[in-house]
Amino acid sequence: MLLQVKDLSVNYGVIQAVKGINFEVNEGEIVSLIGANGAGKSTTLHAISGLIRPKAGKILYNDREIQKESSQKIVSGGISQVPEGRHIFPGLSVMENLQMGAFLRKDRDKVKKDYANIFERFPVLEERKNQDAATLSGGEQQMLAMGRALMAAPKLLLLDEPSMGLAPIFINEIFDIIEEIKRNGTTVLLIEQNAAKALSIADRGYVLSVGKIVLSGTGAELLSNDAVQKAYLGG
Amino acid sequence: MQILQQLINGLSLGSIYALLALGYTMVYGIIKLINFAHGDVYMLGAFWGYYMINQFHVGFWTALIVSMIFCAIVGVVIEFLAYRPLRNSPRIVVLITAIGVSFLLENGMSYLFSSSPRDFPQAMQMVRYHFWGISISNIQILILVTSIVLMILLQLIIKRTRMGKAMRAVSVDPEAAKLIGINVNHTISFTFALGSALAGAAGVMIGLYYNSIDPLMGMTPGIKAFVAAVLGGIGLIPGAALGGFVIGIVETIVQALGFSAFRDAAVYAILIIILIIRPAGILGKVTREKV
Repeated sequence: MLLQVKDLSVNYGVIQAVKGINFEVNEGEIVSLIGANGAGKSTTLHAISGLIRPKAGKILYNDREIQKESSQKIVSGGISQVPEGRHIFPGLSVMENLQMGAFLRKDRDKVKKDYANIFERFPVLEERKNQDAATLSGGEQQMLAMGRALMAAPKLLLLDEPSMGLAPIFINEIFDIIEEIKRNGTTVLLIEQNAAKALSIADRGYVLSVGKIVLSGTGAELLSNDAVQKAYLGG
Repeated sequence: MQILQQLINGLSLGSIYALLALGYTMVYGIIKLINFAHGDVYMLGAFWGYYMINQFHVGFWTALIVSMIFCAIVGVVIEFLAYRPLRNSPRIVVLITAIGVSFLLENGMSYLFSSSPRDFPQAMQMVRYHFWGISISNIQILILVTSIVLMILLQLIIKRTRMGKAMRAVSVDPEAAKLIGINVNHTISFTFALGSALAGAAGVMIGLYYNSIDPLMGMTPGIKAFVAAVLGGIGLIPGAALGGFVIGIVETIVQALGFSAFRDAAVYAILIIILIIRPAGILGKVTREKV
């Protein structure tokens, strides 16, 4: 097991956003966490990335507890996140944004190869590498945010709502890319409101509702589940 | 020729303001704090230069570099002790703390070393050059050239180095910076070190230029440099440099026109005017507040 979340509870001030959830991610999988707005999905990712301290519970990464570690240590350990809303760095060029993704890496030769890989996967980023990142379109910014997170050479990539606010053509492309990332050996934990898409590419999935996991199963099982159909797929 | 003469005087004074304004603007850019203790770091730089030259008989350049290092450390320590514990506090709390730090440094130095002005040692012989009816001293040239070199170095650090890029990343989005493994606290310390080193350089150069230093010498230049940073567009590095030069030139010209008594008032008038007609500053982008 690459990542194991045990009885995790997280509070935002007085609000209990995550109420004792358990789930795991195995190496090589795409795992999707789906749920409505405010279900606690992003909070869970923030806790894994070390941006917020859990109130209770454990996060085990390669059997090591990381819930008290700094975000820096977590990134260098191999978990990187593409935040909701992309959060690329405006004012920095596309190339500089990617360089920032490799901020903690020392293996320079490998980093160079990774730039080439990123540009192969996202040719538009190479075309615009000297442009201010703020001038990119929404879809391109999403690609840049993913490229930046991949430059950290993660073993586990956390994706927070990658399809949010994108045109349908970009949404398909983003999901294709996520599958490609998996084929290249990076494990993916995906958070989505677009449940149909997220479950169709997922090996396994969990349904989160008001801070609790209410359902789990393989992607296909959840897709055909009546409750999921009703609540998240408009069926 | 008179106007050219004043322009030269204004540029050398302005480059001091520009160096100080850069520190204000960088710190504002990264933690949204107007660091009112910044002018006092400049004062400490001047005192440290004074001490180095008098006690250790070092030359001007050594004094300049050692003062820059000293001030960089002072800046980092101030941030660590006074501002870091308040990282999640409202901005007004940190602002008031900055004013407190400023008072502490001014009065602490007055208490320890007396508040009377002292002569800054002439580590360099003043030479005046006359041509085309203009008079310019070697110290004015030194201030101008050193300031410009430091500004170019700063620009290179910010644009090219790993830490410089991290500074820009943290300035625009600290949360995202954390998510890619940037240590935000280290980056903030680095910013204070850079800004304070520039203030230290300014302090030593002004000591040499005006020949006199005292514990309250940082107050007025500190506020004027703050005006310069706002004038250029707070948070914008080229803006701070531009604002510094503009303030220096305006002040010199007002003085040359015979309104010496109004020279400080003119600078504050600029602040009022800019806040009314262009609050984002000369180079700042106007952003509409959404309601």
